[in-house]
Amino acid sequence: MVDSGADLANRTSPLSGFHGGSSTVRLEAAPPAERISLRCRAEDVAALSSALGVDLPVRPKTSASANGRSALWLGPDEWLVIAEENGGLMQAAKNSGALHSATDVSHRNTAILVSGRGAAAAINAGCPQDLSLKVFPVGACSRTVFGKVEIVLLRTGEDAFRVEVWRSFSDYAFGLLAEGAQDAAV
Amino acid sequence: MLLIHCPYCEEDRSELEFRWAGEAHIARPENIAAISDEEFAEYFFLRNNEKGLTYERWRHIHGCGRFFNAARDTVSDRFLTTYKAGMPKQLLPETGASEKTVETYEATEGDAR
Amino acid sequence: MSASSNSGTFRIKGAGRLTPARTARFTFDGKSYTALEGDTVASALLAHGVHLLGRSFKYHRPRGILSAGPEEPNALIDVSRDAARRQPNVRATVQEVFDGAKIASQNRWPSLKFDVGAINNLFSPFFAAGFYYKTFMWPREAWVKIYEPFIRRAAGLGVAPTEEDPDHYANRYAHCDVLIAGAGVAGLTAALSAAATGQSVFLVDEQPEVGGALHYDTATTIDGQNGYDWAQAIAAKLKAMPNVTVLTRTTVFGYYNHGFLGLVERVTDHVAKPAKSAPRERLWQVRAKKVVLATGSIERHMVFANNDRPGIMLASAARTFLNHHGVAVGRQVGVYTAHDSAYEAAFDLKRAGVSIAAIVDCRPDPGEALLAQARALGISVLSGHSVTDTGGRLRISSMTVARNGGGDARRIAVDSLIVSAGWTPSVHLFSQSRGKLRFDGVNQRFLPDIYAQNCVSVGSCNGTDDLAELIDEAIAAGGGSVTLAGENRFEWTGGMIGAAEGAGPDTTVKAFVDFQHDVTAKDIRLAVREGMHSIEHIKRFTTNGMASDQGKLSNMHGLAIAAEMLDRPIPQVGLTTFRAPYTPVTYGTLVGHSRGELFDPARKTPMHALEAAEGAEFEDVGNWKRAWYYPRRGEDMLAAVNRECRTVREVAGVFNGSTLGKIEVVGPDAAQFLNLLYTNAWDSLKPGKSRYGIMTREDGFVYDDGVVGRLAEDRFHVTTTTGGAPRVLHHMEDYLQTEFPHLRVWLTSTTEQWAVIAVQGPKAREIIQPFVDGVDISNEAFPHMSVAECSVMGVPARLFRVSFTGELGYEINVPADYGPAVWRAIWERAAPIGACLYGTETMHVLRAEKGYIIVGQDTDGTVTPDDAGLGWAVSSKKSDFVGIRGLKRPDLVREGRKQLVGLLTKDPALVLEEGGQIVADPNQARPMTMLGHVTSAYWSENCGRSIALALVAGGRARIGETLHVPLKDRTIEVEVTDMVFFDKQGGRING
Repeated sequence: MVDSGADLANRTSPLSGFHGGSSTVRLEAAPPAERISLRCRAEDVAALSSALGVDLPVRPKTSASANGRSALWLGPDEWLVIAEENGGLMQAAKNSGALHSATDVSHRNTAILVSGRGAAAAINAGCPQDLSLKVFPVGACSRTVFGKVEIVLLRTGEDAFRVEVWRSFSDYAFGLLAEGAQDAAV
Repeated sequence: MLLIHCPYCEEDRSELEFRWAGEAHIARPENIAAISDEEFAEYFFLRNNEKGLTYERWRHIHGCGRFFNAARDTVSDRFLTTYKAGMPKQLLPETGASEKTVETYEATEGDAR
Repeated sequence: MSASSNSGTFRIKGAGRLTPARTARFTFDGKSYTALEGDTVASALLAHGVHLLGRSFKYHRPRGILSAGPEEPNALIDVSRDAARRQPNVRATVQEVFDGAKIASQNRWPSLKFDVGAINNLFSPFFAAGFYYKTFMWPREAWVKIYEPFIRRAAGLGVAPTEEDPDHYANRYAHCDVLIAGAGVAGLTAALSAAATGQSVFLVDEQPEVGGALHYDTATTIDGQNGYDWAQAIAAKLKAMPNVTVLTRTTVFGYYNHGFLGLVERVTDHVAKPAKSAPRERLWQVRAKKVVLATGSIERHMVFANNDRPGIMLASAARTFLNHHGVAVGRQVGVYTAHDSAYEAAFDLKRAGVSIAAIVDCRPDPGEALLAQARALGISVLSGHSVTDTGGRLRISSMTVARNGGGDARRIAVDSLIVSAGWTPSVHLFSQSRGKLRFDGVNQRFLPDIYAQNCVSVGSCNGTDDLAELIDEAIAAGGGSVTLAGENRFEWTGGMIGAAEGAGPDTTVKAFVDFQHDVTAKDIRLAVREGMHSIEHIKRFTTNGMASDQGKLSNMHGLAIAAEMLDRPIPQVGLTTFRAPYTPVTYGTLVGHSRGELFDPARKTPMHALEAAEGAEFEDVGNWKRAWYYPRRGEDMLAAVNRECRTVREVAGVFNGSTLGKIEVVGPDAAQFLNLLYTNAWDSLKPGKSRYGIMTREDGFVYDDGVVGRLAEDRFHVTTTTGGAPRVLHHMEDYLQTEFPHLRVWLTSTTEQWAVIAVQGPKAREIIQPFVDGVDISNEAFPHMSVAECSVMGVPARLFRVSFTGELGYEINVPADYGPAVWRAIWERAAPIGACLYGTETMHVLRAEKGYIIVGQDTDGTVTPDDAGLGWAVSSKKSDFVGIRGLKRPDLVREGRKQLVGLLTKDPALVLEEGGQIVADPNQARPMTMLGHVTSAYWSENCGRSIALALVAGGRARIGETLHVPLKDRTIEVEVTDMVFFDKQGGRING
């Protein structure tokens, strides 16, 4: 018999080893992260914000970051909260004592970091949203479409985005980003 | 491609982010188990499919995920308003547009003034 | 006249804007030519005196270059770089020459100068409008064998390439405040004005450089500057502004709803050696808050006898070739016009040293200003005259000129004839935006009237002829304040639509209206005589305006001729609708990135690479790639599946269930919500237990199924079918958000959070035991349908005791990134025990042996839970659930509905075909009464015979009956049975 626990499983990221881009766009797989899909009613936002240490944004298309955690507004009662690996998000939400739903989606999503002056153009190869800084400023986030897949897009800098995508769609997303990056450099 | 104002995201977004979800303001009967066959048919099967001003549901499925209601002129494809699910039907005057200016797309042919 | 030696003898020194030193070599039908950089294929060939470019569509008449722009109906060519990079039906007037281009003429055989198809011209009485509606009516068989192949061959314009397109194409979504279509004087002015306000501006023009009409119109100055130079300076200024995007070589081909426009940018078609990274074309999908249409207008040809010979072209085209490309279209040029603008072309040519044979003006009094200028240049003007015929075979050699009303006819030798019937405003995009037009009777043209979108037309597309007025209009449209002063030499007037003198209803001459489809004035009249009174019918009967140029030149003439025949005013006859695309768009552009691996996402599970390494064959399930079976050396599919089926029941099998849809249902009202969405009752399910659930739609039919595990009072792990996951979540969200919003529950898709490793078979427990911590998985402590949150290989896991095989089974859910490690460890332990990996095919067979249904295979959207033998899963205690009322509908409760049953063939070796129809009496008359059909059929190695599931009318009452499945060549006898073929007592699952 195998000694239980002796052989701990290790992680295999869906995009490990992926990198690419062009002279104006850099593409890289984001490091593994912890993520929860957080749902709650308006009256419980304050309690959960304080428990998580980050103010859950209540305005559409906005995000907030604090204490190594980012909270992305996805819908009127829905946030994607991202932290570094083993960030204790589920427990923190539980500690709020408030009515909520937290579901671990750390492994459901993976993320691609897109940066460089052609970043917005590369994403616009497949994303129909207006990514001008006026309409999609730094910190803005949105669930949207990218080619034939759904993504969550977060602008982390003037020329930097984080593309969250379900893992089985990630090589498609990376491939389309690579083509977009190439075109953004033409 | 339509541009649709999501009442939750408070922004116009491409139709690509949305999914149409049928006629609006058809409430599921509370006593559904007890209704007659005719009432069930009226609730579940029969739709008006009106030309001109229609009330319909959309879901911002690749955005905030919310269902909402829209008043749209099916002739001009213009959205007159969109509003959150659960809100009462937003009554609007019949639009002039659908009355005369444009008939169906095919019928506009040969109809220059 | 002196000509540049190698770029063509018709090149005029000092004329045009091209640089003589910058040349490019290309071939036309195999012969090599030198062009100048900036030439189109048309201008380059004309520079060498080549006018004959192709044969017409129906009559195979020699055709040349009619225009200098996208409206070109005749000069369609085949452009290639190599065998695969080849495109037919390119307009020679648009294609820029690049070094090494291989150009070929089309629609001719065996050669351009001797074309066998030209015999069609002699038989033209048989090819009158509507000929194919009448000529090829019968016999019926002749359609397939004779008529259609003949028509297809005769009708072919270009020939499609046969090799895969090696180029790539790009897509870009963009947004702007103002999009301006057309960068002539009006568009540039509007752009300047809009840009000054700080708005984001897209200025788009189809030509390589901005300028529009300023390409040929050298008489216009703006702010004291030559118009074309002014345009380039303004473009440079605009390009330098951060809020302005200037796109040249870009066509706005479609103006759709809500300010959405389709643009195609030709990125490399003009480049000799395109960079590998550059797309050939880029599709821009632009959402504009406001659109300014500055699309200009298109000159019309004159409709007269034999008006299609090579060498006959629009006056403005000749002017473009001269003033922009530095090419004379002939040495002895005739002019035939109903409009002032042709005079300016004649004056320019004359000043460049070209002899003008005469200006034939069908108007009695062209006006003194023009006549004086003509006199000064020594050009004779025949006003009140018309060109009634032309001569020449492969190129015009003469024009026959007669006084209007007849008489005084004479032939004048010409090698080129330039024509103008006036100008047609380009209202295509306006019309596409669903704007409504009005008829300007004075100037015989349609103009924008009622706007359907936030859009404004400026300049000549709006009928604004006066330059100062045009500038004011464009400035206003841009919304900013700029000042400009424009000046031009003449105020143009005149124009006509319809057939000219000598091509009227009393004649039988070939006066072409639509060059590309060979539609003559006579054809249009014939259509009216045949009873076509609507312009839509006339259009389809004659195919006028239905060629790839979409009637840019022909629509107005056709309309006028029809109106005359119908004796109705033009606005009453109406105009056909302009549709996108404005000019043809390649498939490559529309496909964009969606090819090869990006055609559609290929969803792979975390264990995909490991499955592939074990030799798995994959099948597509939706977008998923699922391991289908694992053939070993020498095994075919059946052998592999038989081995897998046997091994699972004898030892164990390991299966990848990761694609199974998963939804986390969380909240204090979770059970209540599931009560409403599933037919089953969930209150009684205790945490740590799971249950098979059936979901119906409101109509009572089975929508999905799956195992639901209760992890806590307020947390359920719901599974769905692989294909049903997004649809089921959407369905649940719909009810939750719009019918039951009071419930405190939330739904999250977790399909991809978990890698699912199913271990099934008598040795399943022995295999997984060492990896599991935190739960006692003994049969007593963890019986069938148990669920637990535990740890597997140190990883937080959800363990289900569940079976889709009828064997002792577990499904291990671990966070997806850990899937490969856990899979590898389990397989390393399972393999030496004698277990196997199995795929979806074995899964299908094993579940069928147990009579477990697959929603979507054994059900088809008209099957109730009871029909499927799952009536037990419908709670009778609940007062409400989705489907409760639908299930009571009379048709759903009647006797004799189709029910799922088992079928056993009398010959156990025969495997039925899925979809096979079932009848009671195979000898009955056709059409036979169908009782149902086979939904699943397999060879069952474990049963040693074939098995099948079927939907059969009154099926359960027929158990024991013999029925028949008639096939094309034989009829198979079957016995109706219950649905369980293996381990009928069901003891193995509790092993």
